[in-house]
Amino acid sequence: MKIRTHQVNLYYSDFHALKGITMEISANTVTALIGPSGCGKSTFLRVFNRMNDLIDGVKITGDIFIDGQEIYDRKTNIDDLRKNVGMVFQKPNPFPKSIFENVAYGLRVNGINDKKFIEERVERSLHQSALWDEVKDKMKKSAFELSGGQQQRLCIARALAIEPSIILMDEPASALDPISTAKIEELIYELKKNYTIIIVTHNMQQAGRVSDKTGFFYLGELIEYDDTKIIFTNPKNPRTQNYITGRFG
Amino acid sequence: MTHLDEELKQLKSEITNMWNLIIQQLKKTQEAIVTFDKDLAREVIANEKRVNGFELKIDRDCENIFALFNPVAVDLRFVLSVLKTNNNLERTGDIAEGIAKFIVNANHSFDEKLLSQTETLVMFEEATDILQDVLTSFTNEDTKLARRIFQRDEMLDEINIKANSVVADYIRKNPDNLEQGLYILSTIRKLERVGDQCKNIAEEIIFYVEAKVLKHAKGNQKGD
Repeated sequence: MKIRTHQVNLYYSDFHALKGITMEISANTVTALIGPSGCGKSTFLRVFNRMNDLIDGVKITGDIFIDGQEIYDRKTNIDDLRKNVGMVFQKPNPFPKSIFENVAYGLRVNGINDKKFIEERVERSLHQSALWDEVKDKMKKSAFELSGGQQQRLCIARALAIEPSIILMDEPASALDPISTAKIEELIYELKKNYTIIIVTHNMQQAGRVSDKTGFFYLGELIEYDDTKIIFTNPKNPRTQNYITGRFG
Repeated sequence: MTHLDEELKQLKSEITNMWNLIIQQLKKTQEAIVTFDKDLAREVIANEKRVNGFELKIDRDCENIFALFNPVAVDLRFVLSVLKTNNNLERTGDIAEGIAKFIVNANHSFDEKLLSQTETLVMFEEATDILQDVLTSFTNEDTKLARRIFQRDEMLDEINIKANSVVADYIRKNPDNLEQGLYILSTIRKLERVGDQCKNIAEEIIFYVEAKVLKHAKGNQKGD
């Protein structure tokens, strides 16, 4: 099992945001986290790269293992963890640098200076994020010259450049047009051959299209977690059914 | 190739395999009736489980594609047509099994003269050919070929109609062979329904490729 959580509870001060989440995620799969706003899905996503640690008043209990290592153990090096667990956000957030430097950034801050190595890694990452053909002739241009969809794929390339094994995606296509969304979805489908992906999405059709497993969150609880095929054809819990059929509440 | 494209390709491959199995089922049934090979007929009956297995799998795959990919336009028509074709093919499989059961239950081999006069074997050949052609039409998205199926089905209808008097005459002359006459007549009825299933499938192919609905259309409208 690539990722395993056991009875994870998370509190934002007095607010109990995640309630006893137990989940297992296999390597090279896409797991979608769905649920209404405020259900805890993004909070749960941020558990895996310890981004919640940056928020004041957060307290986490329970166990979270990645490749058998408890990531909240004192011995865990957070920089190493975040190298292994890349993240892509809702809005593309390229740095005010060239296309090339955006992708090379993670390598440089990790002390890599070998020019040839960086060039090869940048090119490979751009190939993996299906952007190479569109940018290969303008690598020195500002990343802001790219379209929203291209910027998001650039951010994915940036995440891939430091060779993570897990990629977290927080609504990666919600700010994009349908064509760019389709490209991101195809990319996710391709990337799972080499990466384990967890994606938060409000778009249930997207969860259906891209994921192998789906977890439905509600009020901080994991209501149902199963094969996406089962969640979308025969969910066991009536609350899941009501949510995915749009009858929620 | 997109994820949906891959799923559709797999679905096409799945239903093509089912189709080929049913063509084989019909051919084996024909051979069993000619050679009065009860073991071969039993094989056809046993294979019906595989046909049913295909049907369930394709139903489930279509359901998953609808639920997970929300196909639209040509993709939606393709999945809808596969879903219906699946049902038509399964029924065609039932027909082969039904005829195979006649062979297993029959007390003695079928009268060659009766088979010839009723054109049962011609009908078998034509039904299998039509099923093969409708598969080719599906594979190549060839709606011209699909439209030819409508005319060819009429040939099966004609043999079916003629068979009544031929079998009635046979039974009058051979009252001891009443059972055989009834089996042959029932076989012809079943083969005529193979033509109907193929016609339905041809309509589905035209719906999938051209987005035209030919169901309940009159003959001259189908030739458009």
